[in-house]
Amino acid sequence: MASQALLLAYIGESIDFNIQLLQDRFWANTVDGLAYGAIYALIAIGYTLVYGVLRLINFAHSEVFIVGAFGAYFTFTVLGYQPGVVLDTGLGPLIVNLAAAGIVGALCAGATAVLLERVAYRPLRRHGAPRLVFLITAIGASFVIQQIFFLWRGANAEPSIRLLHPRPVLTIGDVEITNLQIVIVTAALVILLIADMFVNRTRLGRGIRAVADDPDTATLMGVNRDRVITLTFLIGGLLAGAAALFYIMEIPQGVYYRGGFLLGIKAFTAAVLGGIGNIRGAALGGLILGVAENYGQTLFGGEWRDVVAFVLLVGILMFRPTGILGESLGRARA
Amino acid sequence: MYRARLVRVLALAAALSLGVAGCAQDPDQVQTQQPEDTGKSEPTIEPDPAPTVPADLVTAAGDGNATCPKGTAIAYVGTINGVAAALGRNILNGAKVAVEEHNEANPNCQVKLKEFDTEGTPDKAPGVVTQAINDPEVLGIVGLAFSGESDAVGPTLDRTDLVALSASATNPDLAKNGWKHFFRGLGNDNDQGPVVSRFLDEVLRAEKVCVVQDDSAYGIGLAGIVKKDLGDRVVCDPSVKTDQREFSAVVSEITAAEPDAVFFSGYYPEAAPFVQQLRDARYEGDVIAPDGVRDDEFVKNAGQAAEGTYLTCPCLPAAGFTEFTKRYKEVSGGREPGTYSPEAYDAATILLKGIDEGIKTRAELRDFVRNYKGQGLTKFFEFDENGEVIETPVWVYRVEKGEIVHFKDMSK
Repeated sequence: MASQALLLAYIGESIDFNIQLLQDRFWANTVDGLAYGAIYALIAIGYTLVYGVLRLINFAHSEVFIVGAFGAYFTFTVLGYQPGVVLDTGLGPLIVNLAAAGIVGALCAGATAVLLERVAYRPLRRHGAPRLVFLITAIGASFVIQQIFFLWRGANAEPSIRLLHPRPVLTIGDVEITNLQIVIVTAALVILLIADMFVNRTRLGRGIRAVADDPDTATLMGVNRDRVITLTFLIGGLLAGAAALFYIMEIPQGVYYRGGFLLGIKAFTAAVLGGIGNIRGAALGGLILGVAENYGQTLFGGEWRDVVAFVLLVGILMFRPTGILGESLGRARA
Repeated sequence: MYRARLVRVLALAAALSLGVAGCAQDPDQVQTQQPEDTGKSEPTIEPDPAPTVPADLVTAAGDGNATCPKGTAIAYVGTINGVAAALGRNILNGAKVAVEEHNEANPNCQVKLKEFDTEGTPDKAPGVVTQAINDPEVLGIVGLAFSGESDAVGPTLDRTDLVALSASATNPDLAKNGWKHFFRGLGNDNDQGPVVSRFLDEVLRAEKVCVVQDDSAYGIGLAGIVKKDLGDRVVCDPSVKTDQREFSAVVSEITAAEPDAVFFSGYYPEAAPFVQQLRDARYEGDVIAPDGVRDDEFVKNAGQAAEGTYLTCPCLPAAGFTEFTKRYKEVSGGREPGTYSPEAYDAATILLKGIDEGIKTRAELRDFVRNYKGQGLTKFFEFDENGEVIETPVWVYRVEKGEIVHFKDMSK
């Protein structure tokens, strides 16, 4: 025990080891982390579904996300919102406008994902390309989409537009929860639940699970494999588009060509953390990652934010190599 | 049939999440959805007037009797269409004003201003600089615009006799290479740090300060100077990462420390979301940031939250230079002079003075700059042995009604 205390004291001196601050800010960090983690979770579903069905890490998914963000952003501008000022539209129009932006964002992202599948991955599948080629193609597709936005919109972020000004509506103890956080977490959980139900309870979902479990047998049993794959990309894209709306509501400065990159990596990490191929795992992984990042940052300092995320990943994979909930999209139960 | 059900499920999802959005909105908030309240009151401190044209200014026009051979040129080397193009054009247009003024007044000495676009990147700059070196008409360079590219082309330029007088590259290390071609017509980053501490001390009278640094050499360096100056008045010093956009943990640490002022040591892409999230958390103290944040992009992206932010810069406001501003608008198609435009005018003027004195070679022009003494728009120009200008004015600016306006002259 004594040597452990000594070790802790040593670590405390060499890096910023602020337990007191974490104690003080524990619940605030948790709430903030959950709100951000919910966004990770929605994006992570896209990685997990595609991996489950194709055993492909779709690195271009972060760009599918940013297309959704641009789609939602341009919907804001078309609806007459201006950078800088929070427009006073009243509650009804606000809901309608958010819905419109969310739907346009989701459709843009969904369409991008399906297009990506058609243009980049399906031809490779036809030729029976090795898995490595898919991976490189995904990275290439990611760059192509990024560069298209760079050439079109330039390097700077779009001027920030806000529809909803965050303000605390709920105080539990010393933690203030903002309207924005409630919206994001609740809506994300509802969407995650629907996605889970869709895959586990519907006939189309059964098709997805069948292809994930055994593509050849599924084809023999009359499942149209290409349609299932298209559907998988579509669902992942739609969820990424919804995540994009929540993201730009929370971070209005995030709409720029590289804006999806870091989020994509984090969401992929979340998917692996929860057990890649597993929808509930992706959701859980996203929430855990969001919270852990905040704890880590408070404990060790901001420069350790990303390190904490990946150390956590390595730590969990050492004890559970298939992630917290395991890789189980193919089997019927999580 | 199942497809129809899918559509219904998705529609339900959208409706549900938006219903939640509605419920979470406080009714009185909806009625009073004013522009975001940043909690900043009007400044009680009177702003300093912008400097006017110094009486003993050495103008680009001169006495009008200069003669020089045909095909004499100076060059602007820096970004024109590449990254941060707006900043490059501020400089190019400032130099253009000087050359036009000179050529109008001196019919027997028509100097060309040649433009070389490096796109602002260290990997493109060497090729472009070689073009400038191979152009025998070019006697001297205004530039390079940025620190990274200046560093990349330094050794190449130093093997020639060309002089490069920068109006904007502020990395202190550039002057430590022993280069004979390198001159800097403005203060470097080491001049800004002390100004931040002095401004917090004398003007804002901040007792408790949080210093936020990013992970760039620029941000860490500046934060280090400020933290050392303020000593135990620094009540928290969180760090952030380049490309970070979500700052809840940092913001929560700051609001817990309840500082009077926050110094953000970094660049505008991170500063904009940071300041917005800080104001969202109802932090009401002052925010101050260095010239890496002094860009219209910061104001565009932070929105209302940018209001009242103080920005330091080793550059002078052009508001008091009416004749310069008028000419600048002519060459720039109506734009106001920007960051480093007056500094670029001064840099070009120094090179033109040398040409007016009858200098015809690059080496002579370089020696002329080394020994130059004269009053410019922005400062008195005289360089030390490393090529650094001796007088280094630093101004503090303030964001007011979505514009960056000059606020305090913090030069000693």
